[in-house]
Amino acid sequence: METLEQIRMRVLAACPEAVVDLVLNPAPSAQHSLRVDRDHLATVALFLREDPSLRMDYCSNVTGVDWPDRTEKVKVKKTVDGVEKEVEETRGIPGCLEVVYHLYSVALKHGPVILRVRTLDRAQEVAVPSLTPVWRGCELQEREIFDLFGVRFDGHPDLRRLLMWEGFKDHPMRKDYVDPDDFEYEPTPHDRVLERAKPYQDRGGTA
Amino acid sequence: MSGGNGGSTQGSGSPGLSAVDRFALLPQEMEDGGGSWLEISMGPQHPSTHGVFRMDVVLEGETVVKLKPVFGYLHRNHEKIAEGTSYLSSMPYTDRLDYFCSLTNNWAYALAVETLVGLQVPERAEYLRVITAELTRLQNHTCLAGFLMQDMGASGTPLMYGFREREFILDLFESLTGARMMCNYMRFGGCRCDTPAGWLDQVRTVVTDYPQFLDEFENLLTGNEILMSRTQGVGVLTKELAVNASISGPCLRAAGVDYDLRKVDGYGIYPRFPFRVPLGDHGDTYDRYMLRILEMRESLKILEQALKEIPEGPVIDPKAKLRGFRPKPGEAYGRIEGPKGELGFYLISDGGANPYRYRVRPPSLINLTVLEDLCLGHNVADTVIILGSIDIVLGEVDR
Repeated sequence: METLEQIRMRVLAACPEAVVDLVLNPAPSAQHSLRVDRDHLATVALFLREDPSLRMDYCSNVTGVDWPDRTEKVKVKKTVDGVEKEVEETRGIPGCLEVVYHLYSVALKHGPVILRVRTLDRAQEVAVPSLTPVWRGCELQEREIFDLFGVRFDGHPDLRRLLMWEGFKDHPMRKDYVDPDDFEYEPTPHDRVLERAKPYQDRGGTA
Repeated sequence: MSGGNGGSTQGSGSPGLSAVDRFALLPQEMEDGGGSWLEISMGPQHPSTHGVFRMDVVLEGETVVKLKPVFGYLHRNHEKIAEGTSYLSSMPYTDRLDYFCSLTNNWAYALAVETLVGLQVPERAEYLRVITAELTRLQNHTCLAGFLMQDMGASGTPLMYGFREREFILDLFESLTGARMMCNYMRFGGCRCDTPAGWLDQVRTVVTDYPQFLDEFENLLTGNEILMSRTQGVGVLTKELAVNASISGPCLRAAGVDYDLRKVDGYGIYPRFPFRVPLGDHGDTYDRYMLRILEMRESLKILEQALKEIPEGPVIDPKAKLRGFRPKPGEAYGRIEGPKGELGFYLISDGGANPYRYRVRPPSLINLTVLEDLCLGHNVADTVIILGSIDIVLGEVDR
């Protein structure tokens, strides 16, 4: 198989508007990946599937990753009272949800090519295009990501929760998810316990 | 305190994430069906669903016109639990995924971590991994054949024959690892302990006796007219659909696709073993049954060779650091050919003691993608057989 950089160049040649970044993986596994922008994900996926020398016809694994908002300390040069100084500033980095696709080729027996796509943020703009029309194997896995991470897949034929129940409100795999206390083991649910349980009941979780 | 799943009376989810149960039949659809459609719920306590699995089936007479699998009755969020604990502590918990095949689960997880940090495995440990994995495949396929017959109405006998043989293999696991099913045997960079005295000879006895059992089993079943008429042409899976829907393992190969990770990836020391990859012709339920029988015979060949060649030596580097294990930042996806299909683990490390992201690629769940396609147009009794031939374990489907 070609190197990922060559694949990236050919993807860009076939779909010049797409934004495709090479994401390097520093671990010894050296499984590098391609980050594709949301608008061209389906086009890139189709190209990878149909290209005669790649033929990525098997979408093995689809998974979500949650990257919460974080802060970073950066040193910025600033002019204070006419003197240039290095000042440490805290900068907020907005989080996002990421979806990772592991593609293999059954026809040519090679792989993987790893695709990643990110949502704009974690609250409102959580949509990415669904790849279920390209690989049906994504169907249940994308439903699972919708359920556990809260990524909305546009164009998915049957986007419902998979493992949690209808009406459950949160997304348990997110890093900021707080699991409810296990009230079932409270011998006698008293006022304090009931008080603690209240927010979860309002959220629709078990309590 | 209204515990349990039914407790919530809150409406659908947050705006934009509306979750409507689209399965419930609408009045219009009932009209379209001429008013003769019947919606039934099979499971989650139905014995044929192999655990707590539910299928919402719409029937017209006896014929399936619609089928939706419903998951989540055994969901305990394995991935979240694993992200909250150290790398090593997840190893015993992988046993509980597919509780029939704990040793292959161990191997898949160990392989993913070894890919992540670039660990080498000693020779003897590689052989022990192959031996235990192939024994696992034998007992899984034997039981599957038994369960399939049970689903077909051959009550008891084939299943008990299968369980009798499985018990011999579980005895071997018990003397090697201390547990029949929850083995917790592999470690990153090797195996937990060496074999007890005489263990390899016991394995040799089981491996030598197994073909006789298989012949006997096949004599009873393979040419059986009832089995053939119930399974041939039932639940046909085409090549194209199988690949597109990410079907893996015996179901994929029964559809005629030559894709066995032991050959394709050649992980561990599998390239050293010459074995055939059986393929199906029709992709029906009979092929899925037959393929497993043939795979068992190939597994026996691998076992014979491995038992001949296994060298002496350590099973793990004695200096291997298992506690306080902190991989460098990065990610890895490791996959093996489990008895149910491609079992993969995807790990992201941020340099800490716990994995930042831990994902299991569950073959049982993904193989259920095509359940509706296989069942449409067949009798409701056939859905039971088709589900049985896909071979699911709910511990892995729901995780």
